[in-house]
Amino acid sequence: MRASLLNGPMPTKRLKGEIMATLKVPVGPDDHVQGNAKAPITLVEYGDYECPACGLAYPIVLAVQKHFGRNLKLVFRNFPLAQVHPNAESAAETAEWAASHHQFWEMHDALYENQAMLGLPLYLSLANGLRLPEEELSAALENRIFYPKVRADFMGGVRSGVNGTPTFFINGRRHDDSFDFAHLVASIDMVLEQAGTS
Amino acid sequence: MLTEKGRQQQASKLQTTSDNGATSEILLPGAEAPDFRLRVTPDQDLSLSELRGRPVIVAFYPADWSPVCGDQLAIYNEVGPEFQKYRAKVLGISVDGPWCHKAFAEHRSIHFPLLSDFEPKGEVAKSYGAYRHTEGVCERALFVIDKDGVVFWSYLSPIAVNPGADGILDALEGLQRKEQADAA
Repeated sequence: MRASLLNGPMPTKRLKGEIMATLKVPVGPDDHVQGNAKAPITLVEYGDYECPACGLAYPIVLAVQKHFGRNLKLVFRNFPLAQVHPNAESAAETAEWAASHHQFWEMHDALYENQAMLGLPLYLSLANGLRLPEEELSAALENRIFYPKVRADFMGGVRSGVNGTPTFFINGRRHDDSFDFAHLVASIDMVLEQAGTS
Repeated sequence: MLTEKGRQQQASKLQTTSDNGATSEILLPGAEAPDFRLRVTPDQDLSLSELRGRPVIVAFYPADWSPVCGDQLAIYNEVGPEFQKYRAKVLGISVDGPWCHKAFAEHRSIHFPLLSDFEPKGEVAKSYGAYRHTEGVCERALFVIDKDGVVFWSYLSPIAVNPGADGILDALEGLQRKEQADAA
């Protein structure tokens, strides 16, 4: 949640002098990955489903994925700031539950597309729309079945220097610039060039 | 304000650091953390020395309500259970008054004490070298203080950059290892 985003169209640039942070938890089998598994670029997003800035980033990330095609794979990890966003944790657990039915990205997208309506009625309706068992989702949320996975994502993010949402890592290095389309594409292009695959 | 002991600690520190107000020189590891007693609610005080026996994380920050601070404190809020594993207590300190802190903490559901370095303004922040004289606010500076009141780790962040919690967790781990080694 960066409040500056709420007042203007583009996020403010972070100041120089910030320590370059790197991803401490490598992308692995527990991650949700979208795109070409062998892509030269891995874009990791730490996000919160209730964070307005993450809501702004959602269509930008889709555009970035389209722009780079088979050159980029996307990984989404949970970073719910649950004390400021009361629905962020339950939304994250809902997406993780959908992942157990191999429908993570469908739920992830639907949650961001309905960000203003987060809450149990929405989750159940989305589950229904994906033809997933609503009662099972209710029970999973009630018993906090997916809390440990969400918390593990969160703490991995803290140790990697995630200091707000959304935070992006491009091939393991934190993207410390704005996350508008032009800046993300420029940073990724630079990494692609360095990798010699551009 | 600083306690009597804190004043003595500050006096010894000021002999060794310049205080020109241009750039902050924060207290470094090994320094005694000046004791203080500050308002934590409109009718209660809290002093650093009350927390002896456990690590204390002191987070100076410029102001309630500003976006970066909100993020920073929100992360400490969420990481709370991990701090608790080290028995560490987090204190946020700014020059905002206790009523301002109360409204801010309620609005953001902040579950740790926010202290008011309000009168004399910034006195405690100055004693830690964490005061910006030009703007009249605290720096964004972090201190991990050991169970005996000695600074174990400190970090001065660029004012507009949220330092996150990674450095604090590393410091708490390091402190725990040191204390275990000392005890062995």
